[in-house]
Amino acid sequence: MNVNKIALVGNPNTGKTSLFNALTGLNQQVGNFPGVTVDKKVGKLKLSNRTIEIIDLPGTYSIYPRSKDEEVVYDILSNPQHPDFPDAVCVVVDSSNLERNLLLFTQIYSLAIPSVLVLNMSDIAFRKGKKILIEKISEQFPEATIIETNARIKSGVKQLVDTLDTKIKSRNSQAKALIAKENVLEQQQDTEQKFQEINELVKNCVLQETNLKPRRKVTRLDKLFVHPIWGYSIFLVVLLALFQLIFTLASFPMDLIDSLFGSLSSYLYGVLPTGMFTELVANGIVPGIGGVIIFVPQIVLLFFFIGILEETGYMSRVVFIMDRIMRPFGLNGKSVVPLLSSAACAIPGVMASRTISNWKERLITILVAPLMSCSARIPVYTLLISLVIPNRLVFGFLNLQGLTFFGLYALGIISALLVSVVLRMFVKTNEESVLLLELPDLKSPRWKNVGITVFDKARLFLIGAGKIIVAISIVLWALGTFGPTERTNTAIQHVEKPTSKDEVELAAYEKQVNAVKFENSYIGILGKTIEPVIKPLGYDWKIGISLITSFAAREVFVGSMATIYSVDADGEETRSLLEKMKQEKNAQGQPVYTLASGLSLMVFYVYAMQCMATFAVVKRETKSWKWPIVQLVYMGVLAYVSSWIIFQIFS
Amino acid sequence: MKQTLATSKRGNILHVLSVQQSAISAKLIEMGLYVGQEVEILFRAPFGDPIAVNVGGYVLSLRLNEAALIEVA
Repeated sequence: MNVNKIALVGNPNTGKTSLFNALTGLNQQVGNFPGVTVDKKVGKLKLSNRTIEIIDLPGTYSIYPRSKDEEVVYDILSNPQHPDFPDAVCVVVDSSNLERNLLLFTQIYSLAIPSVLVLNMSDIAFRKGKKILIEKISEQFPEATIIETNARIKSGVKQLVDTLDTKIKSRNSQAKALIAKENVLEQQQDTEQKFQEINELVKNCVLQETNLKPRRKVTRLDKLFVHPIWGYSIFLVVLLALFQLIFTLASFPMDLIDSLFGSLSSYLYGVLPTGMFTELVANGIVPGIGGVIIFVPQIVLLFFFIGILEETGYMSRVVFIMDRIMRPFGLNGKSVVPLLSSAACAIPGVMASRTISNWKERLITILVAPLMSCSARIPVYTLLISLVIPNRLVFGFLNLQGLTFFGLYALGIISALLVSVVLRMFVKTNEESVLLLELPDLKSPRWKNVGITVFDKARLFLIGAGKIIVAISIVLWALGTFGPTERTNTAIQHVEKPTSKDEVELAAYEKQVNAVKFENSYIGILGKTIEPVIKPLGYDWKIGISLITSFAAREVFVGSMATIYSVDADGEETRSLLEKMKQEKNAQGQPVYTLASGLSLMVFYVYAMQCMATFAVVKRETKSWKWPIVQLVYMGVLAYVSSWIIFQIFS
Repeated sequence: MKQTLATSKRGNILHVLSVQQSAISAKLIEMGLYVGQEVEILFRAPFGDPIAVNVGGYVLSLRLNEAALIEVA
């Protein structure tokens, strides 16, 4: 029979995704199933006379859902009217562990949907001395096609494609209805019954070679990775190496992107006719897009390394040793990956929380993830530290500036854990917290899978966060460019015009006019309006403006400061920005940037959720306005109160 | 006293006698912990919890409170 829509199902760790990648390549689209956050991955496969659609359903051990994401599989396969109901199902199983894997297959087979049983990872079964008698399995499931594959080396994939093309068997038997989702007891009995049958079947269909050298049950690497001392040491070294590598490797492409967009801006400024449109493009849109692209190198690198750690199976060992430590905080061992990712950018971090099946633990992970210092905070920290922290050694060997930088990161991590403890008391759930995680064999990574993961995440970031950052940049550009005309003009007249035609003087005049324009724009007025509110924290209206513009992305702080102090922000000129900020005095003639106000501002940036892109992603992931608003408010209050306390202590 | 997967020793090859009825018992059975299944504790996490168990040929990690639901002999 001819089929046009195929669903791919299987247990986790069966190579289902590898197979999906092998069948569809980069011909994939990520969408959403209605009502759930799980990604709907759809790929296209070209056959002899048509192109068919392949849906990669979430990995599950049973058709009966035990988590929200697994419900998708049940909902689709139990309802022929469902828009995603497939013409045929490919059940991918791990040949080296047929017993557990066949449960899902027998459940689906009894639904009388045309089925293909894909015995994947045949090489591992072979290595474990297992020989599978396919004909015998076929006798048990006469209406299914059975194919042996190895997605790693692509063997059997062609045969699978041929089967999908023309050889799918149609079903004659009667479908057995699934047990209701809520009737867990009956499901349990059914499962036990099925396992007894599978047990018999496996005994008859799998020959175990006995004179094989017994495999080591616990490998040396496993012993090392879960060792009380070595396990944590290795994890720490992996972490340090990871971030060191990311920051070193990303700095070159980031500088390149920065200067590229900078030159593009000035080029456009030069060639386009003077006017509002040019202003918008050169100062609003182009820097806005640049501000998004600049994070891509770090995100790509982070997910490249995390992808490797996951592909090799090391990450599940990390979850294993971290679970007990994370539990008292209301988190799960699985929270490690999202929190880790958030140290680069909270957006992929929040998305990575999907692997946590318990809603409460997942929600807490999402809510604290933005407290981890992301890469957008680095330029802000750097500027403020060099402004107010003296560059000297303490205890003879520790650099005070470096120590402060480390302290800000540590503050973020510790706060994330403490806030989790508090949230734990407020978030209610009747779901049981479970770990139940398969520890797959350690193996070398499949680069294609790593590559596709990286590609996927980068795309999600660019589309998900990018849109918002660009949109907010444009709004902020407008607010920073326009202002009450009369007010602006009066202010500009007060700027002293240079009498000579000296270019340096003219340029300085130009910058000053820009600063005055900015000061009297709507955003400037807004900054001045909030001054009374932020004064107790030690900030003036100039800082207020930068706090507001930071809502596009935190690193915009530096650019805004540069505009306000009428200097160029890049390269050598950072020093002149520093000089100007150091000389800044308030009305009483006291310096604005003291140790107290500087530290207060740093703490503010650790805590405040000044990232609308994260806000939007949290809204999408939690499917409600409630949680992102809760997050915005609690982080805002935390930022305000902590900064106030810090300012009071140090002044 | 009943011996459960949580109280058993590493390296002993045991069989599941029963799974205590709870919110996660269906899930435990689906993961292969049905009556009669062969199980063996392979290693423990640094604080003794969670544990890694060989369940009929694959490695499952579970917390002690989850393992305590599984009676073994």
